[in-house]
Amino acid sequence: MKISAEEVAQVAALARLKLDEAMTTMLTEQMNDILGYMDKLGELDTSGVPATNHALTLTGAMRPDQIAPSLARDEALANAPRGNGESFVVPRVI
Amino acid sequence: MNYHDLTIAQASQLLAKGELSSVELTKAMLERVAATEERVHAYITLTPELALEQAANADKMRAQGQAGPLTGVPAGVKDVLCTRGVATTCASRMLQNFTPPYSATLVRKLEAAGMVMLGKHNMDEFAMGSSTENSAFGPTSNPWDLRAVPGGSSGGSAASVAARSCFYAIGTDTGGSIRQPASHCGVVGLKPTYGRVSRLGLVAFASSLDQAGPITRSVADAATVLQVIAGHDPADSTSAPRPVPDYAAALRRGVKGLRLGVPKEYFVAGMDPQVEDAVRAAIATLEGLGAQVRPISLPHAEYSLAVYYIIAPAECSSNLARYDGVKYGLSIRPEGADLLEMYTATRSQGFGKEVIRRIMLGTYVLSAGYYDAYYNKASQVRTLLIEDFAAAFKEVDAIVTPVAPTPAFDKGQMTDDPMQMYLSDIFTLSCNLAGLPGMSLPCGFAQSGRPIGLQLMAPHFAEETLLAVGQAFQEATDFHARLAAI
Repeated sequence: MKISAEEVAQVAALARLKLDEAMTTMLTEQMNDILGYMDKLGELDTSGVPATNHALTLTGAMRPDQIAPSLARDEALANAPRGNGESFVVPRVI
Repeated sequence: MNYHDLTIAQASQLLAKGELSSVELTKAMLERVAATEERVHAYITLTPELALEQAANADKMRAQGQAGPLTGVPAGVKDVLCTRGVATTCASRMLQNFTPPYSATLVRKLEAAGMVMLGKHNMDEFAMGSSTENSAFGPTSNPWDLRAVPGGSSGGSAASVAARSCFYAIGTDTGGSIRQPASHCGVVGLKPTYGRVSRLGLVAFASSLDQAGPITRSVADAATVLQVIAGHDPADSTSAPRPVPDYAAALRRGVKGLRLGVPKEYFVAGMDPQVEDAVRAAIATLEGLGAQVRPISLPHAEYSLAVYYIIAPAECSSNLARYDGVKYGLSIRPEGADLLEMYTATRSQGFGKEVIRRIMLGTYVLSAGYYDAYYNKASQVRTLLIEDFAAAFKEVDAIVTPVAPTPAFDKGQMTDDPMQMYLSDIFTLSCNLAGLPGMSLPCGFAQSGRPIGLQLMAPHFAEETLLAVGQAFQEATDFHARLAAI
């Protein structure tokens, strides 16, 4: 499958990235190279093969429904680029 | 005596005999770091004050009879593992000012065992790369040849062990990032079974593949570190609730009667003949020690690269969505910007080229219309790869292969050709896709003097087999005992 510069720009928007023209051109070329290589998977008939999302089948990791200490608010906010001591602060959205 | 040339086992013995204190050893290692860092650049952050404080505590532990084999032995940790109160940057501008409020479980286990942390090791940004050239803080050099890359993404960790600017390091391996740099730097790298070591506090790249493990100068030292960091962590839902065996005992097992499989698909055209010769000679050595060597086939091995470079970027694009400039890390907020503009400005300026490339690939292969053709297809072929290994392990106890098709390449040689760079991981990726344990150990040198590595893979949770084979090989050879002249 071929990916166009317009599609690259569209994918960038989905990924919340802004690419300049030079980067868009470079990525279009490189993604086509890489995706072209990946097309070799089409050689294999995988109908009926289940997909693996995890190599080990661990049974559901359950733990007791109990309240336990977690990060204190000041610790959780310590790395916030903008905080007010109680919350993260972001640009107004409403 | 150059203390820095000792292995963990040797240093620990001196400490146990009281011939040396941990504070003295740590001071000697800090001098070694100062003497090598300008050339190697293995560390992003140095923590000399913390190291001396931990060394003093280790000396106290020893005086109280509470010392283990790692107590007071200086180490370094890849900068992708959270360390409470110590910067954790992932070699990215995005996390340049991030100081975690907690430590990774494995770091806490090492601290409880008396670790002395000299600092955080350099790496490819967010563990994406095969050369440690993608660090926002500059590349690491290979101690065997400063013109060469150390491999990646745990390149700082492997280079530091090879330069003897720490006694052991903790790296992480998503597609070979412990084994490949260990191979290029002539040291031992062990990627445990997925779930064997807690992943809590490991900054996520590709969650179904990432696994932390030791980088050391000997197989015996790798067993010592694994013993401390392995085990179930109830706080990590991907951690395996299984008991931890006695890894030191595994070292005495030997290879007599063990069945070693040599997959024909791992000796391919285009491979450096010096690598093939060294690996075949190593296999002959193991056969001479009593192992039964058998040819095997992993028929879907040739698809592992395509599968990996769909699955890893897909998981990465999802994991790295958390870097939005709100909760931690870089935040770029142009005048009057709305939320979306803030996200976009932050991410575009915070991530380096390779990270952007992988987020883009991952977003594409997960997007509507392409999900079935790429991500779902790759996940199905991943099943076929896993089945190949399951069939092979009915016939053999372990698999022996090269680690990488070539010895370490020159810096800059592949930076403009990502596809070529990705191909350098071709022999290590399938181990992660199948969740298997894998180990890299030195087995020779190219004419250029650059090291060559041997890879061993075993069934899930059979790290003991890797250690047994590796130890037998190191008792019969001296490749691991040679030191980079730095």
